[in-house]
Amino acid sequence: MSSRAIWNLMLGFYFVVFFGYLFGPLIVMGVTAFNTPNYPQVFPFEGFTLSWFAKLGGDTELMEGIWNSVLIGIGVVCVSVPIGLAAAIVMTQVYHRARGLYYLIVVSPVLTPGVILGISTVIFWRGLKDSAGLDAFYNGYWLTILGQSTFISAYAMLVCLSRLQRFDRAQEEAALDLGASYPQVFWHVLIPFMRPAIFSAAILSFLSSFENYNTTTFAILAEKTLTTVLAGRVRQGTTPAISALAMIIIAVTLVGAIAFELARRREARKDAEAKAVAARAERLAEATALAAT
Amino acid sequence: MIETLVKTLLFAAPFVIIAVFWAMSVRERRLANDPTAKSFFERNGVAISLYLLVAIGFWIVLMIVLPQLVMVDFSFHPKLPFKDYGGPKDHYSIESYRYFLFGKTDGAFTIDHLAAIGRALLGDECNSGLFNCTHLRAFVLTIVASIFVTLLNFCICYPLAYYMAQVAAMERLRLLMLMLIVPFWVNEILRAFAFTIIFGTGGVLNDIMIGLGLITEPFDFIGADVAMYAGLSYAYLLLMMFPLYNAIESLDHNQIEAARDLGAPWWHIHLFVVMPYAKPGIASGCTMVFMLSAGALAAPLILGGPNSLWFTPILYDRFYQAFNWPQGSAYAFILLLACVVFVMLVLKVFKVNLGEITR
Repeated sequence: MSSRAIWNLMLGFYFVVFFGYLFGPLIVMGVTAFNTPNYPQVFPFEGFTLSWFAKLGGDTELMEGIWNSVLIGIGVVCVSVPIGLAAAIVMTQVYHRARGLYYLIVVSPVLTPGVILGISTVIFWRGLKDSAGLDAFYNGYWLTILGQSTFISAYAMLVCLSRLQRFDRAQEEAALDLGASYPQVFWHVLIPFMRPAIFSAAILSFLSSFENYNTTTFAILAEKTLTTVLAGRVRQGTTPAISALAMIIIAVTLVGAIAFELARRREARKDAEAKAVAARAERLAEATALAAT
Repeated sequence: MIETLVKTLLFAAPFVIIAVFWAMSVRERRLANDPTAKSFFERNGVAISLYLLVAIGFWIVLMIVLPQLVMVDFSFHPKLPFKDYGGPKDHYSIESYRYFLFGKTDGAFTIDHLAAIGRALLGDECNSGLFNCTHLRAFVLTIVASIFVTLLNFCICYPLAYYMAQVAAMERLRLLMLMLIVPFWVNEILRAFAFTIIFGTGGVLNDIMIGLGLITEPFDFIGADVAMYAGLSYAYLLLMMFPLYNAIESLDHNQIEAARDLGAPWWHIHLFVVMPYAKPGIASGCTMVFMLSAGALAAPLILGGPNSLWFTPILYDRFYQAFNWPQGSAYAFILLLACVVFVMLVLKVFKVNLGEITR
C-alpha cells in the first residue's frame, strides 16, 4: 500500500470516529424516542411508538418551564441586543487610552464561568433588596434575564462589532453634509446597515438564553425553566419522554436554522446585487467621463 | 468605621475611573486644538448619546462590575441572617476561606499543616483532620481534569480544523460546517442525557462491546468518569473548532507547500508552520474550553461518577443546601481566580493579547 493510501485510510477512520462521536448521542436519542420500553433503550428495538411524544403534552411542569424559557429568552433579546449594539458603537468611539480597559471589561463576562455570573447577580440584587428596598426586582425572571444578559450582551456586541468595522464613516458624513440630523443619520443610515447583525444577534441571544443552564440555575430562584426542569428529571431517572422532547427541539431548531440560513443568503444576494449595480454605474460614469474628454 | 470606608472606596472606584478617563479625553481634545474634533455628544446627538451611555452604563456598572465587586466583598463576611448584614454583628472576616482550606471557620495554618503537605507530597493521604480534603481535592481535580479536557479537545479538533481550513473544497466545507453545528442546537442537559444512555451499564456501548466479544462483563463507564470526560469534550467541541478553523484558514497554503518542497516531514509542517501561525486561535479555543469545563455544572451533575466531585456542584450546595452565601461567594471567587490565572498563563505562554483571542 502506498503512503497516500495509508493517509486516506487514517483520515477516513478519523472522520468516521469524529462524526460517530458527534452524531452518536443524537441517533441514540432518536431511536429511544420511538422505542416502546419504559427505560430509554436502543437494542433491541421492541416496537414503534409515538406515546412518548403524547406524554409531553400533558406534562404541565415541562410546559411551564418551556413557557418561562421563551419569556426569559424574549426578555434577554430585549436587553442584550440594544446593549450589544450600543457597546459596539461606543467601542469605535471610545477614548483611545481607555479602549484597552473598556475592551477587557466588556469581554470579561465571556471569559467568566456562567455559575459565577448567576451567583453575583443574585447577591447583588439581594443586597439592593435589603438595603434599598427594591423588592420588585428580586424575582427569578428578572434575575435570570439580567444574569444571562451579562454575557449574552457581549456575544451581541461581538456580532455587531464585526459588521460595524466594515461601516464606511463617509456615508455618515455624507448624510450630515446633506443636512440630516444626528438621529436621522442613526435611524436611516447606521441602523439599516446594521440590520443583518442585529438580526443575527437577536437569534443568537435567544438561543443562548434558551439553552443556558449554568447561570439560570442560580438566578432562577423558585421559578422553573426548561433546562432546570430537565436537569431535575434527568438526575431523578431517565425516561424516553426526554428523548422525544430532544427530537422536537432538534426538529424546531433545524427548521429555524434553515430559515435563518435562507434569510442570510437572501441578504447576501441583495448585498451582492447592490454592489453589482453600483459597480455598473461606476463603469458607466467612467465611460461617459472618458467619452467626454 | 473601616468597613464603611472600604465599601465606599470599592463602590466609588468604577465611577472614579470613568470620570478620570472622561476628563483626560476632554483635556486631550482641548490641547489638540483640532477644530474638526467633536465631543461624544456632538458626534452622536443628545438622544443617541443618552441611549448609548444608559445602555453601556447599565451593563458595565450594574451587570458586570458591581455584582462582581459585591460578590467578592460578600465573601469576606461571616454567615449571618440576611437582616443582620450591615448591622452591628456584621464585620469583615476570612472565615469562608479558612473553611475552604481547613474545613472549619476558625482554622489557621500551623506547622502541622506544613508537615501534612510534605507527607501528602510523599504520597500520604490528605489528612482530613487538618485540611478540608473533600473540597480541596474537588478543586484540584476540577482544574486538572479541565486541562485534560482542553488538551483532549485540541487533539480531537485540530485534524478536522486543518482539513476544513486548508484541504476541503468549498462544497465539502459547507456540508462539514452544517454537520458540526446541528448537534449543538440541542441543549447540554439533553446531550448529557444521551451520554447516560450510551455509557450506562446497560447502555449502547456496553451492548456493542459485549456483542463484539471485547468484554464479557458490562464496564462501568460512568463510575470511571469516562462518560463525564466524553460529555465535557463533546459539549465544548465547537468552541475549540471554530477558533482553530478561523486561525488556520487565513494561513497561505503556499507556506505549507514551500515547507513541503524544502523537505519538511508532515509533523514538522504542523509543529513549526501551522501551529505557530494559528497561535491566537489555539489560545482562544483553549481558554474558552478550559473556562467552560471548569465552570460546567450539567455534565458533572448528570454524568459524574459517585467518586468524582466537581467543584461547581459543591458551589451550588454551598448556596442552596447549606444556605451559606458568603461561603458560596468565596468558592465562586476562588474558581474565578483560577480561571483568571489560567487565561493569563495561556496569554503568556502563547504570547498573544486578549484582543486577539476574543475575536
